[in-house]
Amino acid sequence: MTGTEQVAAPEEPGAAPLKVESPIREAWRMFLRNGSAIAGLVLLIGVILVTFIGPQVYPVDPFEIVWAPLTPPGVDASIPFGTDYLGRDVLAGIIHGGRATLAVGASAAILTVLIGIVVGALAGFYGGFVDEILMRLTEFFQVLPPLLFAMVLVALFTPTLTTVAVAIGVVSWTQTARLTRAEFLKLKQLEYVTAARAIGSRNGRIIWRVILPNALPPLIVSATLIIGVAILFEAGLSFLGLSDPNVMSWGLMIGSSRSYIIDSWWAVTLPGAAIFITVLSVSLIGDGLNDALNPKLRER
Amino acid sequence: MKIAAIIAQRLFYAAILILAVLVLNFLLLHLAPGDPAEVIAGEMGGATQEMMAEIRAAYGLDQPLHVQLGIYLGRALQGDLGQSFFYNAPVVGLILGRLGATILLVVTSLTFAVVIGTLLGVLAARKPTGLFSNVITVLSLVGYSAPVFWTGIILVIVFAWVFPIFPISGMSDIRLAGGGIEHVLDVAHHLVLPAFTLGVIYLAQYSRLSRASMLEVLGADYIRTARAKGLSESVVVGKHALRNAILPIVTIAGLQFGGLISGAVLVETVFSWPGLGTLALDAILGRDYPTILGILFFSAVIVIVANLLTDLCYRLVDPRIRSGGHK
Repeated sequence: MTGTEQVAAPEEPGAAPLKVESPIREAWRMFLRNGSAIAGLVLLIGVILVTFIGPQVYPVDPFEIVWAPLTPPGVDASIPFGTDYLGRDVLAGIIHGGRATLAVGASAAILTVLIGIVVGALAGFYGGFVDEILMRLTEFFQVLPPLLFAMVLVALFTPTLTTVAVAIGVVSWTQTARLTRAEFLKLKQLEYVTAARAIGSRNGRIIWRVILPNALPPLIVSATLIIGVAILFEAGLSFLGLSDPNVMSWGLMIGSSRSYIIDSWWAVTLPGAAIFITVLSVSLIGDGLNDALNPKLRER
Repeated sequence: MKIAAIIAQRLFYAAILILAVLVLNFLLLHLAPGDPAEVIAGEMGGATQEMMAEIRAAYGLDQPLHVQLGIYLGRALQGDLGQSFFYNAPVVGLILGRLGATILLVVTSLTFAVVIGTLLGVLAARKPTGLFSNVITVLSLVGYSAPVFWTGIILVIVFAWVFPIFPISGMSDIRLAGGGIEHVLDVAHHLVLPAFTLGVIYLAQYSRLSRASMLEVLGADYIRTARAKGLSESVVVGKHALRNAILPIVTIAGLQFGGLISGAVLVETVFSWPGLGTLALDAILGRDYPTILGILFFSAVIVIVANLLTDLCYRLVDPRIRSGGHK
């Protein structure tokens, strides 16, 4: 993908064509060689399968009262993970609750990355006054404790999945902006950017089509890790009771059983384990991508 | 005299940031759906038209927006962030009553995480491919991925059932009224689990960061020189390498204050720690906007001050940037 690496050696007549591996393919090969990254990928696929196919296989309403409250796991085969303080099936909650957690986590991460890239790219590319204003804005957002700020935003507006996702996006884009800016500052000096300018490309094209694709590797790694952060945020907000109370999510399950921690460990630890496994899988993938896309860091 | 100029410049920036947070607070109050007067009236249990007009006049809600902003800023600068609807008390007083508990929790967690994390990272860096180093890497991933409230809940379960040696709720034992060393020890006893829960996420990050930073420094020429001089390994690692490797840790520690306060909200909720986090949650559930925005403001000020101190510490620790040549 990096423009400078695509130049193949001139072929000598009769010699076998020189095989040049594309950087994407090389990164993918590196990724596949990384055991923990593959473990992460398998875990994540498992979580997604359970979340999206599980409700068809296990069609129990997570809000329905199915058994006596606070029944521990293993009492009856129909409630393998036991019931919560209202008598709702914990397994049904875990299976159905993943969808909201993953959906909010993913959309918040996309929003975070989009805001971060736009702010960082404009600041890094234009420099000067634009950079000054945008970086001051970034600094301003950095001093607001993210969860507290997200709590305020969700509390001011109605707590729906959309509000929660937007709130997470609004509070967490600053790191991506800084990273993007740093990449742009570095890349805009390179020859191929000068070349693009020399052939008359407009700024918009240079920013989005010339520099951004080359700035992507560290941004992809960061975006992967942001998905994990966004999932943790969503879980935190739902745990505090600041998400849509009509949509089951893992954080909501833990939060609603908060007063029954001692009486029903299963109702709080099992949904927590689901969050943990999901974030862990995303982090493992992020680490693997980091090794694959930034070979220089591999020794650390 | 240059350092004084830099400090003055930083203080100026900090003041601008504080002002900006106040403006944001004001705008958020007005962005909120519904008329603030109606919210206040609702909290009072309803009001007639005249009472509504009175409330509007009392809170300056009948003035144009920029005038209201001026009034708000003027009051805020005099230490008045409004009246809590929920507690019916001045917001600043409420917050100051809880601020100490949160700062105690945050600073203890951060100190624990930095000291132990750096130590583990340095030990891991000595054998980068050894078992200990791998354990650190795995632990840091686990610490990063576990939701902080979940870690807290597991600790509550473990320490309530299995090893009932630490209290799992509150900040002090009401049976131990009075002050003195007994009270300090009691608070410290209550602090163990919340501080550990909050610190453990960052512990993982610092161990990883200090491991990476140490590895980079240990490869530098001056370390080879130090070794060639025949210095003992402990002097090379402890004095020459650690001093340089600690810089990124200092920077990150200061920048993480915002995240720490966010984590504190969740940890305080789990352990019923009487700090800003539990106050914030109560305020939000009670739709007490002045209080919640006051907390946002105070937390932002804590972060601004922490950043300012980090910046100054950083300049003191690293002679290269003392002159202000770098950003």
